[in-house]
Amino acid sequence: MELLELSALQLGEAIKKGEVSIPEATGAALKAIEAQNGANNAFITVTAEAAMARAEELQKRVKDASSPLYGVPMAYKDNICTKGVKTTCASKILGDFQPPYNATLVEKLTAAGAVSLGKLNMDEFAMGSTSETSFYGATKNPRALDRAPGGSSGGAAAAVAAKECWYAIGSDTGGSIRQPASYCGVTGMKPTYGTVSRYGLIAYASSLDQMGPLCGDAADCAAVLDAIQGKDFRDGTSLSGDYDSLLQNLTGDISGLKVGVPVDCFGDGLNGEVRTAVLAVADVLKDRGAEVVEFQFPVMQYVVPAYYIIASAEASSNLSRFDGVKYGWRAEGYEDLADLYNKTRTEGFGAEVKRRILLGTFVLSTGYYDAYYKKALQVKAVIKRAFDDAFNHCDVMLTPVAPTTAPKLGDSLSDPLQMYLSDIYTVSLNLAGLPGISVPCGADKQGLPIGAQLIGPALGEQVVLNAAHAFQLDTDYHKKGAK
Amino acid sequence: MTWETVIGLETHVELATKTKIFCSCTTAFGGAPNTHCCPVCTGMPGTLPVVNEKVVEFAAKAGLALNCTVNRSCKFDRKNYFYPDLPKAYQVSQLYLPIAVNGTVPIKTESGVEKDIRIHELHMEEDAGKLVHDPWIDQTKADYNRCGVPLIEIVTEPDFRTAEEVVAYLEKLKSTLEYLGVSDCKMQEGSLRCDVNLSVRPAGSEEFGTRTEMKNLNSFKAIARAIEYEAKRQVELIEEGKRVVQETRRWDENKDATFSMRSKENAQDYRYFPEPDIPPLELSEEYLEKLRAEQPEMAAEKMARYQAEYGLPVYDTEMISTSKAMADFFEEAVAQGAPAKEVANWIMGQVMRQLSAKGLEAKEMPLTPKTLCRLIALVGEGKLNRNTAVKVFDAVFDSDGDVDAYVKEHGLEQVSDAGLVTEAVEKVLAANPQSVADFKGGKEKAFGFLVGQTMKELKGKADPKVVNETLRAKLKE
Amino acid sequence: MEITEKMVDYVSALSRLKLPEEEKTRMTAELQTIVTYMDVLETLDTDGVEPMSHVFPVKNVLRADEVQPSFPREELLKNAPGGDEEAFLVPKAVD
Repeated sequence: MELLELSALQLGEAIKKGEVSIPEATGAALKAIEAQNGANNAFITVTAEAAMARAEELQKRVKDASSPLYGVPMAYKDNICTKGVKTTCASKILGDFQPPYNATLVEKLTAAGAVSLGKLNMDEFAMGSTSETSFYGATKNPRALDRAPGGSSGGAAAAVAAKECWYAIGSDTGGSIRQPASYCGVTGMKPTYGTVSRYGLIAYASSLDQMGPLCGDAADCAAVLDAIQGKDFRDGTSLSGDYDSLLQNLTGDISGLKVGVPVDCFGDGLNGEVRTAVLAVADVLKDRGAEVVEFQFPVMQYVVPAYYIIASAEASSNLSRFDGVKYGWRAEGYEDLADLYNKTRTEGFGAEVKRRILLGTFVLSTGYYDAYYKKALQVKAVIKRAFDDAFNHCDVMLTPVAPTTAPKLGDSLSDPLQMYLSDIYTVSLNLAGLPGISVPCGADKQGLPIGAQLIGPALGEQVVLNAAHAFQLDTDYHKKGAK
Repeated sequence: MTWETVIGLETHVELATKTKIFCSCTTAFGGAPNTHCCPVCTGMPGTLPVVNEKVVEFAAKAGLALNCTVNRSCKFDRKNYFYPDLPKAYQVSQLYLPIAVNGTVPIKTESGVEKDIRIHELHMEEDAGKLVHDPWIDQTKADYNRCGVPLIEIVTEPDFRTAEEVVAYLEKLKSTLEYLGVSDCKMQEGSLRCDVNLSVRPAGSEEFGTRTEMKNLNSFKAIARAIEYEAKRQVELIEEGKRVVQETRRWDENKDATFSMRSKENAQDYRYFPEPDIPPLELSEEYLEKLRAEQPEMAAEKMARYQAEYGLPVYDTEMISTSKAMADFFEEAVAQGAPAKEVANWIMGQVMRQLSAKGLEAKEMPLTPKTLCRLIALVGEGKLNRNTAVKVFDAVFDSDGDVDAYVKEHGLEQVSDAGLVTEAVEKVLAANPQSVADFKGGKEKAFGFLVGQTMKELKGKADPKVVNETLRAKLKE
Repeated sequence: MEITEKMVDYVSALSRLKLPEEEKTRMTAELQTIVTYMDVLETLDTDGVEPMSHVFPVKNVLRADEVQPSFPREELLKNAPGGDEEAFLVPKAVD
């Protein structure tokens, strides 16, 4: 059996049947990481010994396993707190920070029998669209090592694409799960805001951050979401999804499903090959009984500015706690308290993080709050209403994930605004709190993966996953994993 | 020229909850540094706040009691600034939609001024940590035990004109919050502290002068003195043709003066914005109705009831109900059968004298109502005379000692036995023939001397009434 | 909106960042480009629209006032770059 070719659910099944042992699977993954991490740099920290010990221990209790993911090796993005395991946010400023507690999500997956292989590379503090702003060096796209894997959960997408683990947990503030999933040809989902507890996710923008799975396919995503969703008393903004098992209700039956195509998402600025591949998804869904409707979605020009104002404002406040006092790295050679703060933060943060802190501080400062921050919150309300209207016309929306396929390494950082603009199709979901999935739907002439985004209404996880699953039942783009 | 002082107050009051505002750590005072802490209150990355329901309840109750409009919906905001006592580098507070607004507190000063002080707003927020400089290592130590202790901040309009008014307001505020049970208002532990905003203007002027802010004053005495000093300083500056600078000043208790706190940051830009981690609060009419119904009897109501029920004079009722602890003490003593007027006299006399001598507040009183009741009963039964009773009271006050045991041990029981008194009187008369002669010659003063001698003979334990009567009778013989 | 170096100095000071001259010049230009782009929001009429800070109508998330054990102090202090066995340490911040 070629273990690494199995989906997470298939591996879980094989473990349950005794066809594969957990240490065997873990060993195979660690070998794959060892072989490839030098080239793709997906992992910041590999906890090989702890993973093997955990695998042995889980194997002893395999008969009691209830989760379909029991014993399946996986990894966490490095902004998720893991007790006693270095958590860096890919930043110099966090140094060797070892959280004294586990994120709620980590506790849930541990209870479901997950084997953690380590911590995944990312853009520093999840700020970036290419995973090149990491203090630990850029992650490279396993489909083409001269390309960016996307970001900010680039390590997560790369690790799944390179088959170094069966699934990974990323975070998505403006597209950071969906866009790298698209660039690397894997399936990644951002759930409805609040359905996965943020307790233990090191905040970038609190009102937009959401963790979710990056997997081989939609069925694996459903299984992971079943394990991680749920109201958490430690996160005041968390909600109960109120859905039954997403996995068990994954039928692939989409007859009568109304798929909405917002024409404003297929206009100027979208690469032609991407447009063709994404629109072809509508045809596949139609063949399975869905109905396709087109409509206007006239808010697209406002989504990127509103997003960057809100995200930067919250980030400027969230990142203030990194000051060299309580944890992380402290600059040397400071003269007094003010100097300690200034040196630590100036030397400890990278350029993109500093840019967003300054921008966020600006939009909140006296005299500019109303014109920028308050205005952005009003625009957010307008965008939310536009989605509410859209879901009067349809059950799911179909859009591109990104305007292009994966850019060459080094091409994006020189022009920050251009990089921000590439987030146009993903950020609106974070503003409106909606669930969205990125599914592979083809490749460009160079063989680089293209992703399509399916968007659901609030708490519409099931309908989104079902549409994605239906698409994957009839296509094999999600299986065309080149090494 | 005559000058008018204009004062507004911002009072921070620590709420008497068991746990912190956003985590389940204890709020207990003291504790070794950083032992009442968790990842949430030390601002560890990834942690989130969850609001303590008691904080909302207490803040709403305080708002209602201060005659505020309690907002049906309110939100928390972040106030951003860097300081090592603030581990998240922002304080969670309320700016845009505080829990309560537009209240009034009626006050009456000692010199008889009666007025309403308007409350601008009341909001919830978290306390910061404690910094202590260690000269041995020349480093400042940050202790986060106080981080996240719940506070309400009560902001008045600039309605005060004298230090006396400020003190009357603070006493009223303190009493109200204690009656509500939302704070123990212990000033020495910093659970009630004040920032004073003060400016001066020519009497009769409508415009406000430039104000200064004095921070963290934590005794009524300090507040009164700081106000008087600062008003005088500002008037002198203006009369010398100089300008008052808008700034924050520190009151130095030892030097009896205020000093400028020159902040390195000339820009205070807190960049408030809505706290995304905490969903809004919505207080239903039913909830507020329930809180209103739970509101205990307050000072004014108690005063009226004491007058009606016990026929006590207004002055007595006012003294007794100054603090909830004292009113509770009074009511318990009365409930145990002591006559109300007797209890009132003891409270206004010996109890207050002892408290003030020991520097204690009513709620810190060691003596229990039961002990006072026993003392009153012994006097009533004629077993102790009043002077002796005061001595016994002083002796048992600190330890709430056993009155009967003390009386017995020191042989203080009053002598009412006519035979014993007669014996002593005869002895005194025999020993003081000159005084007897003086009295009989019309010198009334000699009678007092003979009473004194008799009491001395009886070791002060005799009933003075009986001594008087016996002496007069014997002298007429 | 014009972004000047003076404004960048002001927000840098508020953020406790001290950019070297060269970085400041570059950052000023970049922020100018970004803020100019953001000014597109002016073209959207939002009169009467309530600013939306929380996207879902979740309300009144409260916990009971019950004490839980605090954390072991050494766990809280172990990551502190300046710290002893009982406190976080910083350069002189009080008299």
